[in-house]
Amino acid sequence: MTSAPLLRVDGVRAVYGDTVALHDVSLDIGDNEFFALLGPSGCGKTTLLRSIAGFETPASGRIEVDGQDLLRMPPHKRPVNMMFQSYALFPHMSVEKNIGYGLEAEGLGRAEIARRVAEVVEVVGLGPLAKRRPSQLSGGQRQRVALARAIVKRPRLLLLDEPLSALDRQVRASMQLELKRLQHEVGLTFVVVTHDQEEAMSMADRIAVLRDGRLEQLATPQELYANPASRFVASFIGSANLLDGTTTADGVDVPGLGVVPAAHAMPVGAQATAVVRPEDLELTDAATTPLRGTVIDTYFLGGASTISVEVDGLPAPVLATVHGASRLARGESVGVRFGRTSVVARDAADAAASVQEAVSA
Amino acid sequence: MRELEPSATPRAVRRPRGILIPLWLGYVFLYLPILIVVIMSFNDSENLFVWRGFSLRWYPEVFADGALMQGLGNTIIVATGATAIATVLGTLLAYGIQHYTRGGFVRAFAIAPAILPDLLLGIGLLTLFSLLGITLGLHSVILAHAVFATAFVTAIVLARMASLDPSLEEASRDLGAGPVRTFLRVTLPQLAPGIVAGALLAFTLSLDEFVIAFFTTAPTQPTLPIVIYSMVRFGVTPEVNALASLLLLVSVVTVIAAQRLTRLTGSPK
Repeated sequence: MTSAPLLRVDGVRAVYGDTVALHDVSLDIGDNEFFALLGPSGCGKTTLLRSIAGFETPASGRIEVDGQDLLRMPPHKRPVNMMFQSYALFPHMSVEKNIGYGLEAEGLGRAEIARRVAEVVEVVGLGPLAKRRPSQLSGGQRQRVALARAIVKRPRLLLLDEPLSALDRQVRASMQLELKRLQHEVGLTFVVVTHDQEEAMSMADRIAVLRDGRLEQLATPQELYANPASRFVASFIGSANLLDGTTTADGVDVPGLGVVPAAHAMPVGAQATAVVRPEDLELTDAATTPLRGTVIDTYFLGGASTISVEVDGLPAPVLATVHGASRLARGESVGVRFGRTSVVARDAADAAASVQEAVSA
Repeated sequence: MRELEPSATPRAVRRPRGILIPLWLGYVFLYLPILIVVIMSFNDSENLFVWRGFSLRWYPEVFADGALMQGLGNTIIVATGATAIATVLGTLLAYGIQHYTRGGFVRAFAIAPAILPDLLLGIGLLTLFSLLGITLGLHSVILAHAVFATAFVTAIVLARMASLDPSLEEASRDLGAGPVRTFLRVTLPQLAPGIVAGALLAFTLSLDEFVIAFFTTAPTQPTLPIVIYSMVRFGVTPEVNALASLLLLVSVVTVIAAQRLTRLTGSPK
């Protein structure tokens, strides 16, 4: 028997004036899942999160937790808690008081509150700071307080709005691991909103990619990377060489390049894009390969190098990734071979995007 | 090896001194009248305009003057009452405007009485009171002062509210607190510096308000500015200077207290 989902979002539509922020979005989130809502700004991910928390009211659709209709409850009665992007710590209360605030609102006794606050303070490692005011804490410490304040309530669902965006790079990396550890340790379901695909990929069990208020794809990070459902997902997740063309029986016919062989299930003659990840693009001896290009630049990144190659007939250079340092020099002639290639359909919005790419390239 | 000498601290660029002259002239223009009042309050002479030596004799006389003391008492009652009403009303008004209205229209109407001509408010309130059959006395001045004072409190509390993170209230709701608890435990403490500043301003403005009080009080219950006005009509006595200096002292202390309070309760950003 498969258990019922913890959170069910069903046909949620949100409208601001003339603009539609969410077009009938539906998705299920399971118990104990680390779920990410990913997309560029304005894609509707924050609207969805705030609708679950109760700070936005969808025009139509249902949101349920454990089968309970959330939309009929005011925010303070919902079994969900949110960690705000600004952390929204109460400046006039100590760390302890901030964390205990939600328990006080539940009407728990002093002893019970003190016990649970102490417990959570320990879990997030804030012990010696309990008496301080938020203004006396660093960014990372504030984030821990915000997290502690939300998880002390033991919500069914913890919503995190861009949890790492206010931190600097180094703290961010360690907090990513920390969040994942905490999620296991306290056994909560996390829903994270982020615009940072690396963040979503490294933390989430499953990711919903949103674009212009529509759900583009919902899958595991591995699946999103290997089998993107659209050109947008392919370009948003990781880096990719996108070769626009039309489908043939055994691949995609790319103008100026010829047919790039790939398996696909689309009808012949459809607008499509061949997606080749940089690590699937092989650079070989120019003499033995029909497809040739010129090395524009190489970028050494430590464990790997990225090489940008101008291929005859293509408007923008392609990228290839190799292990370690590359011996190729700028201006050198190389052969190019496409390895594992997936094919996605291309719509009008994609066409506009690809024109922009060509212009900015 | 010799250690490098620490480089000299950069010297401020010398500005020509002449530029300071208009600055000082400006300050003289602003504060000379006040300075004269304070100096003349220590003048031994009966004559306001002739200096005859230092004396403190006018200060006890202020407190011995029955009319002045009655006026001072009335003024304190009025200022306290008007401040109490204005602080509560202004805070609620600001909260309502911030949470339930969009656009500046409603906002502008709440703040307008602060800049409307006193004459207009005075005449309007007098007419309203007689239409409603409200007798004139200290209570009517309290209501009248509460009108413009509310506008000032609203403006200051609104400004404070605009500087707060709106997600604080959402966080409180999210953590399970209803609207009332959220207002009392989160919104109000955050607004406190604005409310205190608004209240102190309302109090100081009411203290020396003349025009509206003149229209709306009973002749038997004059406030301090009205008493002084009637004294001056028979010639200014040095006593008035002493009183004015005392009021100045009260105002300065109030302003300093307000700033201290704001700093103590203000949310450090």
